[in-house]
Amino acid sequence: MQITVKLFATFRVGRFKIEQRSYPAQSTARAVLEDVGVTEEELGILMVNGRHGNLDQPLCEGDTVSLFPLVGGG
Amino acid sequence: MDKIFRVDMSKLTTSIEDVPAKWAGLGGRALTSTIVAEEVVPTCHPLGPNNKLVFAPGLLSGTAAANSGRMSCGAKSPLTGTIKESNAGGTSAQQFARMGIKALIIEGLPKDDKWYGLHLTKDGATIVAADDLAGKGNFAVIEALEAKLGKKTGVVTIGPAGEMKMAMANISVKDPDSKIRSHGRGGLGAVMGSKKIKYISIDSEGAPGVTVADPEKFKQAARTFAKALLDHPVSGEGLPTYGTNVLVNILHEAGGLPTRNFTLGQFDGHDKICGETMHDTIVKRGGKPKHGCHAGCIIQCSQVYLNEQGKYVTSGFEYETIWGMGANCCIDNLDDIAEADNIMDDIGVDSIESAVMFGVAMEAGILPFGDGKGVIRLLGEIGKGTALGRILGGGTGHVGKAYGVTRVPVVKNQGIPAYDPRSVKGIGITYATSTMGADHTAGYTIATNILNVGGYVDPLKKDGQVELSRNLQIATAAVDSTGMCIFVAFPALDIPECLPALIDMINARFGINLTGDDVTNLGKSILKIERQFNIEAGFTNKDDRLPEFFNFEPVPPHNVVWDFSDEEIDAFWNF
Ligand code: SF4
Repeated sequence: MQITVKLFATFRVGRFKIEQRSYPAQSTARAVLEDVGVTEEELGILMVNGRHGNLDQPLCEGDTVSLFPLVGGG
Repeated sequence: MDKIFRVDMSKLTTSIEDVPAKWAGLGGRALTSTIVAEEVVPTCHPLGPNNKLVFAPGLLSGTAAANSGRMSCGAKSPLTGTIKESNAGGTSAQQFARMGIKALIIEGLPKDDKWYGLHLTKDGATIVAADDLAGKGNFAVIEALEAKLGKKTGVVTIGPAGEMKMAMANISVKDPDSKIRSHGRGGLGAVMGSKKIKYISIDSEGAPGVTVADPEKFKQAARTFAKALLDHPVSGEGLPTYGTNVLVNILHEAGGLPTRNFTLGQFDGHDKICGETMHDTIVKRGGKPKHGCHAGCIIQCSQVYLNEQGKYVTSGFEYETIWGMGANCCIDNLDDIAEADNIMDDIGVDSIESAVMFGVAMEAGILPFGDGKGVIRLLGEIGKGTALGRILGGGTGHVGKAYGVTRVPVVKNQGIPAYDPRSVKGIGITYATSTMGADHTAGYTIATNILNVGGYVDPLKKDGQVELSRNLQIATAAVDSTGMCIFVAFPALDIPECLPALIDMINARFGINLTGDDVTNLGKSILKIERQFNIEAGFTNKDDRLPEFFNFEPVPPHNVVWDFSDEEIDAFWNF
């Protein structure tokens, strides 16, 4: 299935901003993390289609997965 | 010994008073709000003779504690009609603290129509003539005072907007690079303008400095505290690299980035104005991606932004400003927004209120959405005080009324900042209930709703939001009294040693024994003092509400509305 993967802040360094990537059906967000080489410790915020998600959540065709390190502001 | 400096502008006299015992343990917001509540008639006109303008450094300002150089300024607000505390970086807090000025209280109004300056030394305040600086922008005031009094002179100043008593006028504070930080919110610049004070100059030569009761204990606690700040990924890495503007993309993804005057939750042009793009632009042009607003800041969320020619445009270029002029006004040109930020610093208007106001002005048809050059031109009209400039300078609510707009994002007449309360519900509770009017810093639920700091509370559900906002508002009121930058909250929420170290520093500084509970109680009592002032000024629970349109206009992409009942909101005050 096709998943849109978006990376932010330091995760972009040496990687990419946004890409369409293919994963086997039933893959979870964890598979995306492994695929792009971000560790669980580095991960600050995971969003699936603009909602906070968890790593074991199964993805569906066309989902958008956004990965952020822990960042903040105000 | 710490002193209170008092200035009576009606009589043009100054005096030095001992600190009353009941104020001894207070600083920053706790002290400004206590003094305003005790000495200002709540029903007074904010620009009349009975309002007072109070400055107080935090409890730890002037010490070696990291990030402790924030100054609180308080008064009755001409924008909201409520009590107001607005804090800023810059050099003034540390100077005040080292000079032993616990608070500066400015009262009364001069009878004549002249402009005055206030010169502070460790020995007292002197009122001087300042007609020569009237009408000047803040950068020119700082330059003139440095030329006359020396580079080390601290400066607190108002621009033309403050002179004209516009409700969105701010008070500017010189930073270590002779640029500007601001007491932004609530129109405090208009209060200073009503008292005909163009500037305050501070000469801290020969200041006695801050005494610390237990230096060894202080040193240890300060080390633990600084380590927590540097160890936490938000304060140690994210903020110094991308500044607060890192939030544009996160809020865009989460659907909580108010766009086109709060009609959408995402902005198509987000990539052009986001923190990542800004970082790359600053580095490419030879600016500084990290920079502190006061000496002793080790987080350094500020930056120095240059134009294409490599010339200084602005610093302290914040997410709020970039969101507001960017997404909210649909301007996707970072250079235009930076130039607007420079003009706002110079004429002395709050960049949040201005940006929210421009969203409403665009909806009113005064200028089209996306018109960055138009914003720059109209900021010029505000600085000149043309008829239109005066309408705009009155702020968001003022422009909404003048043009019959119904989508006016304000609470207690103060513009709503950079997070949509429909899709980030915790912050809506803070906007509604804050004693300050709509104010994200009063209880920054974004940390927990969006950023996974201090746990996680789902931003799209109502559960847990009132409690979250309450706990954060109580903690924030206490932190605002220490002189600490509010960004210490990120490590404080996650790293167990951080908050105890902060309390240990206060204890070591004053030779006292505060516990965590004492600090929480301080936060509660500040909120209650402020609320009581507002009640006596005529506010009721009916003012603790968001504008009606949030109830029936769903915001995409989640298509959610604001759905808290009155009872649910009012439960905030059950403590
Ligand atoms: S982190 Fe930012 S706002 Fe806080 S003290 Fe440092 S520069 Fe100022």
